[in-house]
Amino acid sequence: MQDDLTAAATSLPRLPKAPTGIEGLDEITEGGLPMGRPTLVCGSAGCGKTLMGIEFLVRGAAEFNEPGVLMAFEETAEELAANVTSLGFDLAGLQAQKLLRVDHVHVDRSEIEETGEYDLEGLFIRLGYAIDSIGAKRVVLDTIEALFSGFPNQAVLRSEIRRLFRWLKDKGVTTVITAERGEGTLTRQGLEEYVSDCVILLDNRVIDQITTRRLRVVKYRGSTHGTNEYPYLITGDGISVLPVTSLRLDHQVSNEIVSSGLEALDDMFGLRGFYKGSSVLITGTAGTAKTTLAAAFAEKVCQEGNRCLFFAFEESPRQLMRNMSSVSINLQPHSDAGLLRIEASRPTINGLEQHLVTLHRLVKEFKPDAVVIDPISNLITVGNIAEVRSMLTRLIDFLKVNGITALFTALVSGRGQQQEMTDEGVSSLVDTWISVRDLEGVGERNRGLSILKSRGMDHSNQVREFIVTPRGIVLLDVVIGPAGIVTGASRHTQQLKAQAQARAAQAELDRKDRELERRRRVLEGTIANLRTEFESVEEELRKINQEEQEQLSGGRRPADDNAPAGDSQSAGSEPTAQA
Amino acid sequence: MEAEELADPAGPEYALHLYITGATPNSVRAVHNIKEICELYLKGRYELLIVDIYQQPELAQEVGLIAAPTLVKKRPGLVRRLVGDLSDRRRVLTALGLPIPPELDHADNG
Repeated sequence: MQDDLTAAATSLPRLPKAPTGIEGLDEITEGGLPMGRPTLVCGSAGCGKTLMGIEFLVRGAAEFNEPGVLMAFEETAEELAANVTSLGFDLAGLQAQKLLRVDHVHVDRSEIEETGEYDLEGLFIRLGYAIDSIGAKRVVLDTIEALFSGFPNQAVLRSEIRRLFRWLKDKGVTTVITAERGEGTLTRQGLEEYVSDCVILLDNRVIDQITTRRLRVVKYRGSTHGTNEYPYLITGDGISVLPVTSLRLDHQVSNEIVSSGLEALDDMFGLRGFYKGSSVLITGTAGTAKTTLAAAFAEKVCQEGNRCLFFAFEESPRQLMRNMSSVSINLQPHSDAGLLRIEASRPTINGLEQHLVTLHRLVKEFKPDAVVIDPISNLITVGNIAEVRSMLTRLIDFLKVNGITALFTALVSGRGQQQEMTDEGVSSLVDTWISVRDLEGVGERNRGLSILKSRGMDHSNQVREFIVTPRGIVLLDVVIGPAGIVTGASRHTQQLKAQAQARAAQAELDRKDRELERRRRVLEGTIANLRTEFESVEEELRKINQEEQEQLSGGRRPADDNAPAGDSQSAGSEPTAQA
Repeated sequence: MEAEELADPAGPEYALHLYITGATPNSVRAVHNIKEICELYLKGRYELLIVDIYQQPELAQEVGLIAAPTLVKKRPGLVRRLVGDLSDRRRVLTALGLPIPPELDHADNG
């Protein structure tokens, strides 16, 4: 939608802007300060107002070829030059190149006597001469309010300051006016009445003993701008404002897959790993091997020849390497080869923004393919939840935009309840969420691992028990008992029980086979018996039959004696007769 | 300060520089006033230099001008800056370390 609007607006002339070159500020102001107009930078002591002004000039001269004039009311040119040398700003060099002119305006009440009507034309001429002599496009008036201490006539001063701003506008120079913050007002002397084009408020807040500097664009006439309070830092390279790096979610995505470092864990993901450039969260209670999982991932990244940046907030690099080598995760060679960089610090060493800046800087320097932060939950010690969340949002966005795979670990507290919530509430920001937890059973604790979510790919729904062995992390197969998943010793019991059952079943089967065999044998025996019996009966019958036959022929003979016998005789006699 | 240390060899006792901005009303009045004061109270003891910083803008930074017109008293004593059109004569005289004449005192009171 914003694109449509800007497209429509391009036909009209847009408010010209002068880029400040200050990291992040140009993003918030959408291009820079209003060109040719005055901008008021106000804030309390120690906010970096002067520094912002100087950086605006130095960057303008060095990067945008816009010479500048610095009119300093509080510090002399030498003091200013010395103060900003540590930031790499060479004021003397720029002055020699005629890209910068520093004019210290000395205001001393004791030297000034008012004797009638006057104006500040002297200042105008000075400034005008300085601007014209180097063709300046930028002007910084560092705490013009100092004039109020030197000149008691406020009416004159106010009308003259109003005239000064008008005059600067007419000259077309982009001006930054710094002013001290007042009670209940933006500036002590109410300068905001005169500067109405752009007002930037710097703030230095101490909450829970931690200082955070914040910047807010109070108003910007004729332009849209980021309206939030943005943390900023004074770093070794000047001011760095941290806007949410991607206000719109439009980063590039990759279809490449990176391994989790554990083959068995990869198997639980549909595409065997995480998407490159995605963010992975490992949550778990204390002692659930979160760091070990993170280190396994880091090792895998390095083994594939990629670079990994490991932020350790709990252990020193040596301690981490020693501890991980006990489970066959050898980080030392990768560290030596320059593929792995372990950055260890206590979270409390810096404010959150400093951490974020350190991270930004290291990522820019080291150009890692993957970043591991172990653990993010420790950051809560440096800020409140909302701040940590906003910092992590920016961090995740930053890494995503740069296509860096990020793996975070987080300690979750409160066993049993709310295990599915991280304290930082970042779970909705991450793409893949692995939960490790204690499965506490009868007299022992075991570790279980499950995938709570994995955007863009299917994943196993099982809770896998895993053990940390001297050879690394091993995921065990799922064993399901009568009351759900069984782990640890119960797993063994369950396995033994299952084996016994299997043996019993086998024995039963064997017994049945044998029974059948026996029956068959009995049957066969019976059959043989019957057959034998039958044979003897058969034989008996045959014998009887034979005897009967014989008897039959023998009976005829005695019958021959009688009538039949005569037959036989006759028959017998016949052959004889015939013979 | 009132001690009349008479003319040191470097020049007149009073060295005054008046920086004005062209012919603006304040500047014109200032020139008029300082000339009158000098004639009245410092006759023969002063050296007055009137500079138009429109003509010599580079001087503005060198001298450290803020307001205009400005009268810089170089000598004697500490350097003092008198801003304004010098119409408040009492103040001018005080700043220059001159005694307040009775008629001025009287006039002011009256």
